[in-house]
Amino acid sequence: MINIHEVVETNEMIEKENLDVRTITLGISLLDCIDSDLDKLCDNIYNKIYDTAKDLVKTGDQIAREFGIPIVNKRISVTPISLIGGAACKSPEDFAKIAKTLDKVARAVGVNFIGGYSALVSKGMTESDKMLIESIPMALSTTEVVCSSINVGSTKTGINMDAVRLMGTIVKKTAEATKEKDSLGCAKLVIFCNAPDDNPFMAGAFHGVTEADKIINVGVSGPGVVKTALEKVRGENFEVLCETIKKTAFKVTRVGQLVAQEASKRLGVPFGIIDLSLAPTPAIGDSVADILHEIGVEHAGAPGTTAALALLNDQVKKGGVMASSYVGGLSGAFIPVSEDQGMIDAVEAGALTLEKLEAMTCVCSVGLDMIAIPGDTKDTTIAGIIADEMAIGMINQKTTAVRLIPVIGKGVGETVEFGGLLGYAPIMPVNKFSCDEFVNRGGRIPAPVHSFKN
Amino acid sequence: MNKTIITVVGKDTVGIIAKVCTYLAESKINILDISQTIVSGYFNMMMIVDMSGTDKQFNTVADDLESLGQGIGVVIKCQREEIFDSMHRV
Repeated sequence: MINIHEVVETNEMIEKENLDVRTITLGISLLDCIDSDLDKLCDNIYNKIYDTAKDLVKTGDQIAREFGIPIVNKRISVTPISLIGGAACKSPEDFAKIAKTLDKVARAVGVNFIGGYSALVSKGMTESDKMLIESIPMALSTTEVVCSSINVGSTKTGINMDAVRLMGTIVKKTAEATKEKDSLGCAKLVIFCNAPDDNPFMAGAFHGVTEADKIINVGVSGPGVVKTALEKVRGENFEVLCETIKKTAFKVTRVGQLVAQEASKRLGVPFGIIDLSLAPTPAIGDSVADILHEIGVEHAGAPGTTAALALLNDQVKKGGVMASSYVGGLSGAFIPVSEDQGMIDAVEAGALTLEKLEAMTCVCSVGLDMIAIPGDTKDTTIAGIIADEMAIGMINQKTTAVRLIPVIGKGVGETVEFGGLLGYAPIMPVNKFSCDEFVNRGGRIPAPVHSFKN
Repeated sequence: MNKTIITVVGKDTVGIIAKVCTYLAESKINILDISQTIVSGYFNMMMIVDMSGTDKQFNTVADDLESLGQGIGVVIKCQREEIFDSMHRV
């Protein structure tokens, strides 16, 4: 039988160390909503999502109540809209209308975000992919909770550089379109390489075409729990360090697994995967950077950071894989800047640069995340940063992503406030040298050789 | 069997267990195990109870105990046993 010390340990994790289930994400296929009439299509989408997700928030809250564990977000992901809208949409404005429908239904069922305003263009773009991408600034500036993601490359296909160049421009236009809100639209736009079909985390969640009609995916969290556990093994060697992370990740993941199974049972929707990511929030003590500090680097970004992050990420997976029957999604440590107080401190102390962040993304998911850059950064420079990050994903057979926010009207030294889980960020300097000629070549970067690894 | 863990945390005073037990008896909730300890100066009590005999909903019991706790200056939480089982048992 459970003893009092175990009960106290669990409750301390929840009450003092910010242990929570970060998200229950309900994936819904919209393939059966397709219609060549736009109004009919929007009605179909609204009705299917409403019917499937109407009890999601209530069920999530009830589970949270019964187990005494906060479930921070309830979200929906849908089939990439470029596939769904292709038959009905004749212009970017038509696609934006679908975005508004998604926004409306997401608010009606009370979820925090809805993801899947997406296109998968890792090799080429169809007309409808292109229209959807062009509609992103409009869609994200006229909706509140819609999230967009574009997959522009993969290990199997290479990188679609036409899409990368276009996305450089679209990120900038989205920033312009939402400049009254400190370019917040860009916080809801992710550019991926090797995007997974079952990621429950926003802004990159979508319901892939390989998925069932509906599915429950759960993202766990708990950087604070790992940090607290590591405080007890200060000065110990790497073996002890790794064991501690692994055991803690196991416990955290088991809670996610339990919540996922309960949600699946109560909603009558199959359980998909647990995403084993350490997801920080701006709350004090809920930081991945603080774990790195506890492992032994003065600030995230100091020499040793990449190695520390690599071991952290790997141990989290080792502990988590045993705790859950199905693991998927992104599964790695997130290193967003604005959403992690320790990262913000590291940037402000001058310890962490964009280049070091790029190196860190080689050993953890998911990429250059929530990084505010000067509003006057050129489109091609943004495209160049995207291309670099996509190349890391392509060559290393992993998911990488870019979520940059060029804050219109602001420059290095200023800060930008997004509020809530998105936090605030100091604007980071970007390398000033040009990559115009590289980005403007057009075409694609071929898929890499899968042998001769070095 | 429908096991729930009730935890009481706060400053030790007279009658905490009596009050909680009275409520549980009235609600036809059977106590399977009680243990207590002091953690960093705070009184910690844990009860494992079986809720299968009660007509009350989980939320009602949790709310009632919470307000009962407020009345005597302690924090009372109800959680289903599975969260502890899944975290601490392989």
